[in-house]
Amino acid sequence: MDLLYLIFVDPFVQMGQAPDLLVQTLWDGLVSGVLYALIALGFVLIYKASGVFNFAQGIMVVFAALTLVGLYAAGIPALPALALTVVIMLALAVAIERLVLRPLLNRPDIVLFMATFGLTYFLIGFGQLLFGGETKQMITRQLHLPQGAIDLHILDGLVTLQKIDIAAAVIASVMVASLAFVFQYTRIGRALRAVADSHRAALSVGISLNQIWVIVWFAAGVVALATGIMWGARSEVSFALEVVALKALPVLILGGFTSIPGAIVGGLIIGLSEKLFELYWGPLIGGGTEAWFAYVVALIVLLFRPHGLFGEVIIERI
Amino acid sequence: MTNAAAGETLLAVEEICLRFGGVQALSEVSFDIKRGEIRAIIGPNGAGKTSMLNVINGFYRPNRGVIRFRGQSFTRMRPGFAARNGIARTFQNVALFRGMTTLDNLMTGRTLKMKRGFFWQLLRYGPAMDEEIEHRRAVEEIIDFLEIEAIRRVPVGRLPYGLQKRVELGRALATEPELLLLDEPMTGMNLEEKEDMCRFILEVNAQFGMTIALIEHDMGVVMDLSNRVVVLDYGRKIADDAPAVVKQDPAVIAAYLGVAG
Ligand SMILES: Nc1ncnc2c1ncn2[C@@H]1O[C@H](COP(=O)(O)OP(=O)(O)OP(=O)(O)O)[C@@H](O)[C@H]1O
Ligand SMILES: [Mg+2]
Repeated sequence: MDLLYLIFVDPFVQMGQAPDLLVQTLWDGLVSGVLYALIALGFVLIYKASGVFNFAQGIMVVFAALTLVGLYAAGIPALPALALTVVIMLALAVAIERLVLRPLLNRPDIVLFMATFGLTYFLIGFGQLLFGGETKQMITRQLHLPQGAIDLHILDGLVTLQKIDIAAAVIASVMVASLAFVFQYTRIGRALRAVADSHRAALSVGISLNQIWVIVWFAAGVVALATGIMWGARSEVSFALEVVALKALPVLILGGFTSIPGAIVGGLIIGLSEKLFELYWGPLIGGGTEAWFAYVVALIVLLFRPHGLFGEVIIERI
Repeated sequence: MTNAAAGETLLAVEEICLRFGGVQALSEVSFDIKRGEIRAIIGPNGAGKTSMLNVINGFYRPNRGVIRFRGQSFTRMRPGFAARNGIARTFQNVALFRGMTTLDNLMTGRTLKMKRGFFWQLLRYGPAMDEEIEHRRAVEEIIDFLEIEAIRRVPVGRLPYGLQKRVELGRALATEPELLLLDEPMTGMNLEEKEDMCRFILEVNAQFGMTIALIEHDMGVVMDLSNRVVVLDYGRKIADDAPAVVKQDPAVIAAYLGVAG
């Protein structure tokens, strides 16, 4: 009886008693949720357009952030360093298309998946070689990102909004919205969707797969850079950041691997639910739930909806 | 046929060989397609008809042989080059962009005709918008022509098979091709749908002088539509003549009987 009370009643009583804490938690969940959504979107774009499950997306976040910080440390001013990092992500996309995707065209999916493993270890090694393995600080101030916090005295209490979190939420939302817009309403977006639906039909109307692949990998690179900056500014820049990107996996399972709205909603659900669970239910089982809760949610979804909440059911024609 | 093929050669394949492991899909196949004609390619299942189309538009690379197109020689085509140079096609088992509407499917056919850069596209303003409107107009004409107004906004994955084939023809037409490759455009259709499709094929050929290579199993259709017929069997060419002649050819009859019996 006691246990049932602790699980099903007490958390909600607590929420009612300290609404400011609830709002604070929801806010924190929202911010990580948008960032998860952003990473997941990078996955979805690549998966849709080239059928590749990009294991390297996480390390691309680290690599992009390290490059930015490294260039700044090498004496290049912050904004030019940012521009240069974007150019490097473009070069990376071109290199991946030329050296990985094109030679492996028409190979089984598993081969391409393994190739992204290779890419992951290459980026780790290359990143460490260039920038060293030690932890670095994100150049938050130099990039003119806001610092400090806003205290809201609401609901008879205090809700603290870190300004960097507000910036992260805004920038991530803008990026998510623009990617969704491009995908839905522009010629490039139409070509991307065409390639996602049928490679041979896309080729037959003159769409260049190579060009599309460079575009999606570049988009994923820019998304990785944005994520790296935001997440780096909230903690620090190191290879541990990759763990954050791994959260994209449950997000994708939740949203379906091929759905852009799915990536967005999935990201928000995971972000919000893991924060709420940690605060209100975590103490019952000794805390530390944030590390694994997302995967449990994904597993449950997988049991009931194998294609995710938004994924399309693929019926193989035999 | 009234529209007698008197034009010069638009495309010719010469001694094309294509092998998949142990299967010889094409052996030393040669024929030509003249400007303005409807050229049928027939043959029993597995004869190599689809493979031939795939060689012509660059999906397959032949092991040997030459493709002559507009006077130039190629040891292989590439899909992008073929598309840029006016070769369009449909697929035997329909390859549409299933998630998109009929309209968007046809609009992808305009890809190579759109010139405005990406950033104009993003703004959806000025020249890019004008361009979009201009292409919409071209696409709407095709939609009228194919009588598919009613399904303009329907995601094509939900359409019945016969209509999907029609949309696929529309997408190929939207590229304004010079040479149209049709791989069994009428399979899976009822009689009425077949008659419509025949009419469309004849009209694009007569009105726009589009050259057509047509793979078809229905001999009646082939008789009605085509100027000349190539017959393949086990990857070899066994006949190449006017439809009435081919129909009487003992080798052709044997090939088809061989399958039936
Ligand atoms: N991609 C491929 N890989 C392996 N074998 C292939 C491939 N494409 C075609 N073949 C083989 O080549 C031969 C010719 O096939 P093709 O599809 O060209 O025949 P078809 O004349 O179009 O037959 P159908 O009337 O059944 O469509 C067949 O034996 C087929 O199995
Ligand atoms: Mg075939």
